[in-house]
Amino acid sequence: MASIDVTAIRKSYGSIAVLHGVDLTIRDGEFVVLVGPSGCGKSTLLRMIAGLEEITAGEIQIGGVRVNELQPKDRDIAMVFQSYALYPHMTVAGNMSYSLRLRRAGKELIVGKVSAAAATLGLDTLLERRPRALSGGQRQRVAMGRAIVRAPKAFLFDEPLSNLDARLREQMRGEIKRLHQSLGATSIYVTHDQIEAMTLADRIVAMNAGLVQQVGAPLDLYDRPANLFVAGFIGSPAMNMLGGTYRAADTTFVAHDNSAIPLGRAYACEDGAPATLGIRPEHVAVGGGGIVSAPVDLVEPTGFGTILHLRAFGTDLKAFTLERKTAQVGETTNVAVPPERLHLFDVDGVRIA
Amino acid sequence: MRRFIIGTIAHRLAIFLYVVFALFPLYWLLKVSVTPNDLLYSEGVRMWPSRTSFEHFTFVLEHSDFPKFFTNSVIVSASTAFIVTILASLAGYALSRFQFRGKYWIVVLMLLTQMFPLVMLVAPIFKMLSPLGLTNSLTGLIVVYVAFNVPFATFLMQSFFDGIPKDLEEAAMIDGATRFRAFRQIILPLTLPGIAATLGFVFTAAWSELLFALMLISGADASTFPVGLLSFVSKFSVDFGQMMAAGVMALIPACLFFLLIQRFLVQGLTAGAVKG
Repeated sequence: MASIDVTAIRKSYGSIAVLHGVDLTIRDGEFVVLVGPSGCGKSTLLRMIAGLEEITAGEIQIGGVRVNELQPKDRDIAMVFQSYALYPHMTVAGNMSYSLRLRRAGKELIVGKVSAAAATLGLDTLLERRPRALSGGQRQRVAMGRAIVRAPKAFLFDEPLSNLDARLREQMRGEIKRLHQSLGATSIYVTHDQIEAMTLADRIVAMNAGLVQQVGAPLDLYDRPANLFVAGFIGSPAMNMLGGTYRAADTTFVAHDNSAIPLGRAYACEDGAPATLGIRPEHVAVGGGGIVSAPVDLVEPTGFGTILHLRAFGTDLKAFTLERKTAQVGETTNVAVPPERLHLFDVDGVRIA
Repeated sequence: MRRFIIGTIAHRLAIFLYVVFALFPLYWLLKVSVTPNDLLYSEGVRMWPSRTSFEHFTFVLEHSDFPKFFTNSVIVSASTAFIVTILASLAGYALSRFQFRGKYWIVVLMLLTQMFPLVMLVAPIFKMLSPLGLTNSLTGLIVVYVAFNVPFATFLMQSFFDGIPKDLEEAAMIDGATRFRAFRQIILPLTLPGIAATLGFVFTAAWSELLFALMLISGADASTFPVGLLSFVSKFSVDFGQMMAAGVMALIPACLFFLLIQRFLVQGLTAGAVKG
């Protein structure tokens, strides 16, 4: 196990810059999730840590040792690929033991490690099969098994669950978390799925356009997003964003349709400055007392709760409630937004204290 | 249902006609090779002679230089096939996986070599090989064949490598292999169908090559069998029977070769490597 330090990392392909200077410290035994939309540079960063992409500028250290010049094989890391990348001409046991055979480990040691890993992952009965005779979920497990047979300094996961169907993804997500709890290995996990990020991470690194947007514990990112990107990316259904201005006199937010939303406290923002107000759908209170009354535009029952689309504050306002709302389209309902649950962002999209 | 059956019949009939059309010359080759000389002209257009004999085969094996030509051809074709396949595998892998300076121009130059009519190049190549003592030698022929086959074989191998996911050797390198070891242990085994196809293609190309063999080789000692076949054409007559018998025998190694490699040609080994 080891810590990983990423300092001022840049990556360009010719004249196209993909990463614009990323700093990141991953503590020993920590599970860090890099999350962001496609093309944000998260996979590139992971591949640079693995040694599969050259580093344009900056430094990467694994366990306090600079690895910029080291080949992947000398970095002592394990990686699980999105495509699994199983060796098709080798059996499951052959796939899992390949790294140990390359290190000329003894036969008994290899058999012991492989069967231990197979037992952990429920692959005991499949060891003599070839990858093509396995289901998607089993292939995924073999890819994991290949990583855990040796005790590497760190595990790297490159969207390992993206090729699985929803139910299997949920199950494997749980297994990866359980595995991390038992092994306590330093792990970096790349995904574009914010649910995976929220559920797995000790810390989330939210990335966009080659820059780190925010680093923090999952609930920190959820409760205090540092900017509009993080606010919009984390959470499903996504946060409502209202355009408008800040009115200092009575600490209210004036939306584009001139409705005033009380903020409950003063913000470090100039009077009349344009701003964006963020409200999570689950914090929009529907029915009961409200500050405006809004017509229902669309009702989406999820079984788990109900998503209501309302016309309010001059925009489409989503509200999520655990109740089974029987609202009809066209009905009006009262809407309230609790001041302590609001997020205010300035014109540059940065959170206002 | 009716239409379906008629469609199937028409489909099979079309395939059958094509196969008959394509294989008929081979059949004729076989037929003439077993037709005794006295019947060759009297029963010219019969589908099968009234009497068959292996006299041409015996004659060709015992009284002509054909066994020598045959050995020469095997040496030249097999050496060419192996050398070309090794070079093309390495070059094709580089073109498939690496970005390097001058890659574009290397590809352009390799394509360019494929655009010249070979006849144009016979004289300069003869001029170059002659002071090196490589004319009238099997080595010279191998050098020339290798040079002419490497570009196409490289593109062929490149397309096979392109079909193998890059993730596989990256996984191997992370598992602790060098790039060359990953190439040998992971990528090459998966490229066996491609290697077999390349070997087969180059072997048959070299086996049936006539132009350079004719121009660079003058003595019977270093003649390959296509050149040898021409020796059955004399000033006054053509020994059709012997020529065809030689031709039938010349088919044998090509058939054997394809029998050996067809297992790899049809095998889709990469199935199951990545999500499919």
